[in-house]
Amino acid sequence: MTTPLARASRARPLGRMLVVRVLGTVAILLVLSVIVFSMMHLAPGDIVKNLLGNRPSSPEAAAAIRAQYNLDQPLYMQYLIWLGNALSGDFGQSIRMQDSVTNVIGARLPITAALTSVAFVLSIVVAIPLGVQSAVRSGSWIDRFATGFGIVGLSAPTFAVGLVLLYALAFYLPVFPVYGAGSGGLDTLYHLALPGISLALGLGAIILKFTRTAMLRELESDYVTFGRARGLPESQVQRIALRNAAIPIITGASLVLTFLVGGTVLAEATFALPGLGTLLQGSVLFKDIPVVQALTLLVAVVIAVIALLADLAYIFLDPRIRAKEASQ
Amino acid sequence: MTDTVAIVLDQAPKKRFRLPLEVLLSLVLLGAAALMAAIGTLIAPDATSQSILDALLPPGSPGHLLGTDELGRDVLALTIAGTSSALVGPVIVALGSMLLGILLGTIAGYVRGPVDFLIGRWTDLLFSLPMLLAAIVVAGVFGAGYWMTVVLLIVLFSPSDIRIVRAGVLEQAARPFVEAAQMLSLSKARIMFGQVLPNVSSLIITNAMLNVAFALVAFSSLSFLGVGVPAGSADWGRQLTDGRSIMMDNPAAVLVPALLIIGVACAANLVGDWLGQTMTRTGRV
Repeated sequence: MTTPLARASRARPLGRMLVVRVLGTVAILLVLSVIVFSMMHLAPGDIVKNLLGNRPSSPEAAAAIRAQYNLDQPLYMQYLIWLGNALSGDFGQSIRMQDSVTNVIGARLPITAALTSVAFVLSIVVAIPLGVQSAVRSGSWIDRFATGFGIVGLSAPTFAVGLVLLYALAFYLPVFPVYGAGSGGLDTLYHLALPGISLALGLGAIILKFTRTAMLRELESDYVTFGRARGLPESQVQRIALRNAAIPIITGASLVLTFLVGGTVLAEATFALPGLGTLLQGSVLFKDIPVVQALTLLVAVVIAVIALLADLAYIFLDPRIRAKEASQ
Repeated sequence: MTDTVAIVLDQAPKKRFRLPLEVLLSLVLLGAAALMAAIGTLIAPDATSQSILDALLPPGSPGHLLGTDELGRDVLALTIAGTSSALVGPVIVALGSMLLGILLGTIAGYVRGPVDFLIGRWTDLLFSLPMLLAAIVVAGVFGAGYWMTVVLLIVLFSPSDIRIVRAGVLEQAARPFVEAAQMLSLSKARIMFGQVLPNVSSLIITNAMLNVAFALVAFSSLSFLGVGVPAGSADWGRQLTDGRSIMMDNPAAVLVPALLIIGVACAANLVGDWLGQTMTRTGRV
């Protein structure tokens, strides 16, 4: 059985592997889209009433809803139409806000993007140097401090940390504003400081753990010993080791992202920030299903794409992995 | 082979068994919390009873050591009574996910074939969604109550248990004692659960302990967002939502449950890490 495909796959194992990974991601997203689609039909209560929300349920309005969501078509057609619309960026109307889901999400996106960027930068700037130092000085006070920081950051939920910070730095010592997103520019950054710190704690703990583990492994390798024996300055040795440790740190990105999604919802809820997280919370509680569907699918796509990129980065950054994967 | 045996023998109990201080403190905290969860409703039977006259008393008021919230509920009584709601769910989630992991993980790792493939894709699917997001969406849209949330979290927590058990079983299944058991023509189920599984138990126990910490966080996150635990019930996460608006008048209404959640989660995590280090020598990344 030497089909052209099989011959090609023997010739270019790396290419075949790429195709397999991409197809796997697409398959998972398709399954998820079916689950997300069926949410509307599985939600308790009458589907037309759910979609009408607080609007008066006249027969005309019900008929309009049936037409708008193609409820008279067979289920698979409904799914295909819904998926087609979703792929072109149309998720229908928000029941709660009487506006298109795309507009609602677009209006909330900047705050969430700003919050996650602040938290991300903050955690990288603190966690990577701390992780490197705690690996280099394993067992020292700085290592013990980093371990304690890691335990608290990994276990403490974002909202509990946020509320403690809110009390300490906004009520007890009124340094930061209590809630809201500020009025743009530096004021927004100022308003994002506390939520950013609460989010960065958990994020930093994950990055710290990855950095420390990866650095410890690199520092035990022969090239570090030889580098030191040749009299390379310690800072240069550490720089080389960190460059090699970067690969496992980068592939941890998908775990970081998974945490970030939940953490953002909690941080926004704690500090009453009008971002995507509070949008999700409000829509879930109101049962505004089109918005919930759009947000879930959006997050799934972003995570799947980033996980795929992290996977591919791993293969492209490390020739050893490439050789191993190709030989399978 | 002989070298590894020599190394293993060399590492054998040299040091006396010692409990690190932070682990001891964590165990004390967890024990106290477990006690409060068990008898909390006996100590504070009417924690959720409201009294408009006593609303918003600051900490240290006579008869209300930690003050009251805006509905006049005593914060200390509410916190004590809320312990079981905050802890029982997470412990059951960890145990349930452990059982599911043992069942599916052992089957996947020992039987292999199409069953393994199906279980593998199932865990892939669950892993591709952030746990908290899935829990918020499903529990929220379907209006799940406390026990439905427990079941939901068991399903969402199980992939990590399944993968850990499967990896452990795969590694064990290649060893000579399994071959010996097969020669004795023991049944597949008996080899799987009687011979292979005990060798993986340390991994399983460690992961269950860490899961208690993560489930506690997930559970309280859900009730903080208003999903999973009905309004008005005594629960630490719920207290944080209700207490956020009265932080000025009675900070204890928020700070006490917040610090308890942080403390118990850290303690469970520390004990889990310690179990991982002492029982498996490798721990988890």
